[in-house]
Amino acid sequence: MSGHDHGEDGVSRRKVLECMTWAGTGVLWTISGGVPRSLGIIDSAEAATAAAPGMTFLQISDSHVGFDKPANPNALGTLEEAVNKINAMPVKPSFMIHTGDITHLSKASEFDNADRIISQSKLDVHYVPGEHDFLDEEVKFYRERYGRGTKGQGWYSFDAGGVHFVGLVNVVDLKGGGLGNLGAEQLAWLEDDLRGKSKSTPVVLFAHIPLWTVYPEWGWGTEDGGRALEYVKGFGSVTVLNGHIHQVMQKVEGNVTFHTARSTAFPQPAPGTAASPGPMKVEDAKLRSMLGVASINFKQNEQRLAIIDTPLQG
Amino acid sequence: MKTLNRRDFGVAVAAAILLPVTTARADDTNMEVHIDNFVFQPPELKIKVGTTITWTNRDDIPHTVVSAGKFRSKTLDTDDKFTFTFTNAGDYKYFCSLHPHMTGMIKVE
Repeated sequence: MSGHDHGEDGVSRRKVLECMTWAGTGVLWTISGGVPRSLGIIDSAEAATAAAPGMTFLQISDSHVGFDKPANPNALGTLEEAVNKINAMPVKPSFMIHTGDITHLSKASEFDNADRIISQSKLDVHYVPGEHDFLDEEVKFYRERYGRGTKGQGWYSFDAGGVHFVGLVNVVDLKGGGLGNLGAEQLAWLEDDLRGKSKSTPVVLFAHIPLWTVYPEWGWGTEDGGRALEYVKGFGSVTVLNGHIHQVMQKVEGNVTFHTARSTAFPQPAPGTAASPGPMKVEDAKLRSMLGVASINFKQNEQRLAIIDTPLQG
Repeated sequence: MKTLNRRDFGVAVAAAILLPVTTARADDTNMEVHIDNFVFQPPELKIKVGTTITWTNRDDIPHTVVSAGKFRSKTLDTDDKFTFTFTNAGDYKYFCSLHPHMTGMIKVE
């Protein structure tokens, strides 16, 4: 009688299905035959999804709710703009992922505000934490809201539309002088999670800090990200979706596509182009062209997921 | 010669109140580290036992000051400060737990 309620698999599978409705300001990802493609930010995403059925999900990232500094005095407002943009999409995405830094300072009110806006998308949202989501004294606000049913510090996996999704946490227990960190426990879990999966199953790994080394001088990379990538080596289609760096960056290496999404809050400079990776103040008229979402479309029998990054404006 | 305006008066009072601190500063028992552009400035300090250091975050992004097993600040938002008094000699490597590429060193002798 309780198989339905308590079988962990049953619950998480159902959750997954429910989760297929997520929205935010993000990247629209399309999974076609195994490789996600970013359809760019929203307008081009609309075009691509209209032309190409299959499963489409969204990525939003780095909403930094609570941020009110000159680079964007109203980060909650731009998050809402992003959600409005998602709601206006002609094809409703199946779900959404949020790749962390939901809040700026992990205040309960910031989490509440973020949820109030993001829930207006009426999409299920799969979260992974950013370093800004673990700042409360007891490190409990994120976990209470989004940690249920996850392992360790909040990692988990689910299947949707024939694709295996893995949400990873690389913002905990960071070492002085180092980069993002997955840790031995999570890596062992990941190896186990992928064991026995057919190599033709498309895999999407998502985490806050890039799993690949973007720019170590600014900490933009994950110390042991290479270990995670070894575990997915044999798979025909692997897509790695990250946030943290508040700009779109993409790289393809063999079967692996790496992609980072824009923030909905404020832009950060391109690697090495400023004194620090801190919030970049741009003219007001330009801000919304540097914020956005991503959509990803997946079609059976196509190698790559189509990823479209759509700015809030322009 | 001139009467003190209100602001100068305030400064004079503040100076009087802060006098012990100011004197201490002359003895180098209070020192400061600023966080600017994701860098601890100065990145290394040599101090005497008993010195108090105050870190101030001047970035638009929160940071922390952490020396494993020795001290750990709360999250410092813009303009927040963290103070620690070094009572034992030794080398204290520290970093920001949010941006671990940010490192610093306090050498206490």
